[in-house]
Amino acid sequence: MKTQRCKGTRDLSPGEMALFRLIEGVFRDACLNWGYKEVRTPTLEYLHLFTSLGTLTPGMLGRVYSFLDWDGWSGERVVLRPDGTIPVARLYIEDMEKEKLAKLFYVANTFIFEATGEKTRERWQCGAELIGVSSPSADVELVMLALEVLQRLQIDGVKLKLSHAGLIRALLARLGLSSEEQARVFDRILDGNIKELSELGLDRTELETLSALLGLKGKSSVFVKSLKALLAPDLAGLQPFIDDLVSVAGLLEALGADYQIDLASVRDFEYYTGAIFQLFKGRDKIGGGGRYDALISLMGGRDTPASGVALYIDRLMELVEPEALAEVKAPGILVRARPEAAKEGFSLVARLHEAGYRAEFNLGAQSKAGFDWMLDVQSKAPKFVLTNKDKKKFEARTIKEVLRLLKR
Amino acid sequence: MNKTDSIKIALPKGRLLAETAARLKEAGWGLDGYKASARLYRIKSRSYPELSAKMFHERDIPVQVAIGNYDLGICGSDWIEELMVKYPSSALIKVGSLRYGQSALYAAVSPSEGMSTLEAVRERSGVVRIASEYPNLAEHFAVNLRLRRFGIFPLWGAAEAYPPESADLALVCGTVEGLADCGLAPVSKVLGVGACLIANRNSWEAKDMKEIVASIYDKTTAREESEPEVIEQYPGRHPRRLKAFPPGGDGDIVRLALPDGHQQSPTFDLLAKSGIGLDDYPSPTGNRRPATDLAGVTIKVIRPQDMPLQVASGNFDLAITGRDWLCEHLYQFPTSPVKELADLKSGRVKIVAVVSNDLPVADASDLRKFSAGRTVPLRVASEYVNIADKYARDNHLGSYRVVPTWGATEAFLPEDADLLIENTETGRTIARHNLRIVDIIFESTACLIGSRRRVTNAVKRERIEAIIRALQTGVKLN
Repeated sequence: MKTQRCKGTRDLSPGEMALFRLIEGVFRDACLNWGYKEVRTPTLEYLHLFTSLGTLTPGMLGRVYSFLDWDGWSGERVVLRPDGTIPVARLYIEDMEKEKLAKLFYVANTFIFEATGEKTRERWQCGAELIGVSSPSADVELVMLALEVLQRLQIDGVKLKLSHAGLIRALLARLGLSSEEQARVFDRILDGNIKELSELGLDRTELETLSALLGLKGKSSVFVKSLKALLAPDLAGLQPFIDDLVSVAGLLEALGADYQIDLASVRDFEYYTGAIFQLFKGRDKIGGGGRYDALISLMGGRDTPASGVALYIDRLMELVEPEALAEVKAPGILVRARPEAAKEGFSLVARLHEAGYRAEFNLGAQSKAGFDWMLDVQSKAPKFVLTNKDKKKFEARTIKEVLRLLKR
Repeated sequence: MNKTDSIKIALPKGRLLAETAARLKEAGWGLDGYKASARLYRIKSRSYPELSAKMFHERDIPVQVAIGNYDLGICGSDWIEELMVKYPSSALIKVGSLRYGQSALYAAVSPSEGMSTLEAVRERSGVVRIASEYPNLAEHFAVNLRLRRFGIFPLWGAAEAYPPESADLALVCGTVEGLADCGLAPVSKVLGVGACLIANRNSWEAKDMKEIVASIYDKTTAREESEPEVIEQYPGRHPRRLKAFPPGGDGDIVRLALPDGHQQSPTFDLLAKSGIGLDDYPSPTGNRRPATDLAGVTIKVIRPQDMPLQVASGNFDLAITGRDWLCEHLYQFPTSPVKELADLKSGRVKIVAVVSNDLPVADASDLRKFSAGRTVPLRVASEYVNIADKYARDNHLGSYRVVPTWGATEAFLPEDADLLIENTETGRTIARHNLRIVDIIFESTACLIGSRRRVTNAVKRERIEAIIRALQTGVKLN
């Protein structure tokens, strides 16, 4: 049979879907416990939401699914949502701007073209956005929320990398790059092409300092020491960003979270202004987020600080062991009604569902293996016969009796 | 590798034809039929028995080579980039530049508008309107320029006529002098353009085309495409001053679009009979802003294909186009405010479904059966992609693929497409190509189109109504 599925897309089988729902459920529970509320935004958005300066890099925009809608005669395009945060920011501006604090979460698919079609072009993520607070505690809360979800999913050995968009931009400015050059270098960093920085026509000293800065790694105390060593003792202009990064890192350290500062660890999104965090399992990035204080005002809203985090469900599905998390299932009952007793059979299934059991109407094709009980229904007495896995039989005259027997 | 594999090459009509023919003559290909006056588009080589060629509109060539209908192709690098910038995984490789047909793709503005630098374009508030025959390159340009908000008008031609009133920016292929003649100044060179040899990636790997390629392609001619660069302002000649053409729909001036190309003389005759005098239309010098004796009316000459979109977006109040292009527009944009205001009854053509005489298909129901029996998608070639798409949907053609074309679609059958959606006046061209009409989709005549939106200015409303009345009188006399 030839594959008819679109290149770069995937189906989720019943087994994978169960895993998906499990991850989604753990994420939802954690968010609700932290006081976040769920939202859902449309798959289709106007492209201009994403082309505004400071939202997505040209590298990302070159891979979005944009097209003319049925009423696109003005030439303005729509796009299949390439990112989860920007639509939520739009929703906030349109419907919730009166709320000083908005703690929102979502589970959504995003669409980005990938040329080989080997990686999926439709990606699922679950994310949380904390809008209205600018303190380092807000960033730390989002990291802790993400780590809690990963812990509940029993995913161990997660590495947390921290960076800071404000600090990178300030460093680029300090190197004496023009604003145009700064934007180009930042785009390269975001697109993951630091190796190609040499093509940008910077002079050698600039390039060496920049490479050294982007190569800086370590815990906050080590990081600040190396930064001072690289830039002589003078950190003027950088101090507020360093302080911000150090307070986020310090709080995470105090909470026992394992992290590393790695300035070059930023990707794709140009809207970040402050701390950026990325979560890795081995070499795979499984989530990330950061502070985007300028995004809402750039999109036409009021000046509102915000930060967010997202976990990549497709990646998590590869890491979660479903058996380890299997819930205790309600007992399963296969209701086998004789043709003349079909009506009673269906009523019985409904009653069993009400009582909290898993029950299926026998269509002749189900395997007995998935059930704890067989329940035969006929029009004459004994109306109901229950058979357990040991083939022991129990008779009942009414549904009430059936329920009583099952409880035993 | 098999030396006896047949090799097919797609060759350009139009701007690159003369130089390409000269180069192939030098290379000794013996393609005698490859000339501007050719009436048959299929050509055999006298020197290479395995080689055959077909002539295409240049814009069709990268698509035809990418989908594997042709092994090789020669066309301008602008059309290659236009395809590759949107579809980077196309099975197309650039064999090399041929070092002729040099020009450039410029982003240009009308300096009278006060937006004479890229910076000024970027800082502009609201939607930046970009008109171009290269919509994919235009989008790429806008994204890289970090324009906050932009709208692209994909055009069939005459992009140079759009700024400043009908677009803020035009992406146009040409020279700085040529742009200045149209009253435009370049703000950025988007792409260096020149003739290129391209190949289908699978053919390139599977077939031995070395000898044929080597005969025209000298390795030393390979040159890097130049990067986009900001060019000097107004180099050379100062742009020509344009006659004022009022932007926006609020004033009392009526903005009328008239067709270029072969629709010009019937349109001129009709307008004359309607008592509307025109100066310099059709224009021997290519002037796209003819004068009229109608008070409160300004005129611009653009492609009829582009008119419905222009009326929809409010750039024009009235336009004379064909019902075929109005339908094409409305099928793509069902909520568009454009409507037909008057049937001008001239330029009558039928929009038809056409197959090769070799196919056992006589009508639409045969077509459905034929399509259902195939293991590969039916290839539907048309200039009218939305009409073709709707026809295929309405007739349940199952698995099909619409191949957009830019002219002389009848040459696509039978080898490069299975079904055409075409216009025909007499059916003679279709018969000459050994093709058969299997369905008449609708009849199209010239029509006056306008917007459904209410015109609030009373003077303007009266002027529009007067033009409609005049044209209706002209139609009766015609």
